[in-house]
Amino acid sequence: MLTVRNLGKTYKTGDRALNDVSFSVDAGQVVGLIGPSGAGKSTLIRCVNRLVEPTSGKIFLGDTELTGLSGPGLRTARRRIGMIFQEYALVERLTVMENVLSGRLGYVPFWRSFSRRFPQADVDKAFALLARVGLTDHADKRADALSGGQRQRVGIARALEQDPELLLIDEPTASLDPKTSRQIMRLIGEICTERNLPAIINIHDVVLAQAFTQRIIGLKAGEVVFDGTPDELTDDVLTSIYGEEDWTAMRRNEGDTEDAASLEIERLAGLV
Amino acid sequence: MASDAVRVWRRPPILIRDWRWRWGIYAVAVIYLVMAVSSVEVNWARVYEGLERGWRFLQGFLVPDFTSRWNDIRSGLVESLTMTVTSTIVGVLISIPIGIGAARNLAPLPVYLICRSVIAISRSLQEIIVAILFVAMFGFGPFAGFLTLTFATVGFMAKLLAEDIEDIDEGQAEAVRATGASWWQVVNYAVQPQVMPRLIGLSLYRLDINFRESSVIGIVGAGGIGATLNTSIDRYEYDSAGAILLIIIVIVMLAEYSSGFVRKWVQ
Repeated sequence: MLTVRNLGKTYKTGDRALNDVSFSVDAGQVVGLIGPSGAGKSTLIRCVNRLVEPTSGKIFLGDTELTGLSGPGLRTARRRIGMIFQEYALVERLTVMENVLSGRLGYVPFWRSFSRRFPQADVDKAFALLARVGLTDHADKRADALSGGQRQRVGIARALEQDPELLLIDEPTASLDPKTSRQIMRLIGEICTERNLPAIINIHDVVLAQAFTQRIIGLKAGEVVFDGTPDELTDDVLTSIYGEEDWTAMRRNEGDTEDAASLEIERLAGLV
Repeated sequence: MASDAVRVWRRPPILIRDWRWRWGIYAVAVIYLVMAVSSVEVNWARVYEGLERGWRFLQGFLVPDFTSRWNDIRSGLVESLTMTVTSTIVGVLISIPIGIGAARNLAPLPVYLICRSVIAISRSLQEIIVAILFVAMFGFGPFAGFLTLTFATVGFMAKLLAEDIEDIDEGQAEAVRATGASWWQVVNYAVQPQVMPRLIGLSLYRLDINFRESSVIGIVGAGGIGATLNTSIDRYEYDSAGAILLIIIVIVMLAEYSSGFVRKWVQ
């Protein structure tokens, strides 16, 4: 479905962000991309939809070579790739509905988007997606009136409104609390299964990545250092990606917060 | 017992580290200031004479005469307000494409340079100079004033709009671009919502400025209430001049108050 071949990116400052990265993703596969800050995770997924221009290598989506496209060709390719962002990146002064409909911008001519007269099929789809992510009642609210979790749901709806063949997801949970993070990751997982959508999720929470993805790619200093199932991600592998750290303690702590959260819920319910 | 010693802390000098340079520069600045002030010649006899005229002016101000020149004042006001409103609207409409072109994150380099030079030209020429030029080209009257204010509005609005566009949250623009949106759609969906409140606020602010400027450029012949004011001062009718100044102050205050209200509302 998506094939990345020998991808390299060197920034104008001389920083080598990506070096000879190759992998491919099959339909319906949810891939977690992990690695320390500055490993090139963000650069890698932005190279796929060419928000960042790669300096070498090739990327194919299906039969289309994404590298080398420009103008209308690039826009047609971009609309096939949905993207979800860390800080939601909703247009805050637009309504929720306008944000979701902006997923159709690659399909409609300017005057239709300018006058907000989208084809009825697009509007129906947008309402269906808002219902799917549980925000039907919020359609006409301004995006900045929503909470973090709700905003990320709008972000997901906007990406799906594109009828994407691939999802690129950049740190979807970095601005969310642990419980909302899990709900969002679960929602993304369900949607990818429903639609047989491949996704690349750039995530720095290793425990979440292991819980919600089927495959993990580890990136370190711009190179792929691990590519395997979540079970194969042992403490040794984590050390090779991130450096020395007490990984067992981290997992135990993660478990503790879960227990604390459920304890809190029981206490609220008057069970304890 | 080093740990018992009192550790003195002073804020390190931030701009100029070396104390010799620092005091040297201060000394030069003070000497220049003293010399500059002493070079200004003051004719005290003339100042004394002027005080009397100023006093007569103030007296006229205290007993403003709205009635005897009311027809002139009214037509001057109508002219000024027409000039203000039309020049603001036309100026803002022209400044929007120029402002977009002068934003580095939206426009390619050649367009950027052209738009920036238009802004630089418009801003470097003061209104009065432009008004004198336009009066020479198109004759006395409000048309010259309209052109002057439009010209000044374009530079002012386009510069501030361009800076506002350059300050937008790039994340929102990136997200809209990632959907496959065209350049126009990015402007309409990601840039416009972010800059619109400020654009409206600045336009109202410019309306204020244009009204005030219209009374100044009238003095060099560009029509409006300024021309009426100039005539009444030339005729030593300080009571009528006082009335005109009071009207200008009231209108500026009204504009100030209502634009502040609208700006709060669009946020």
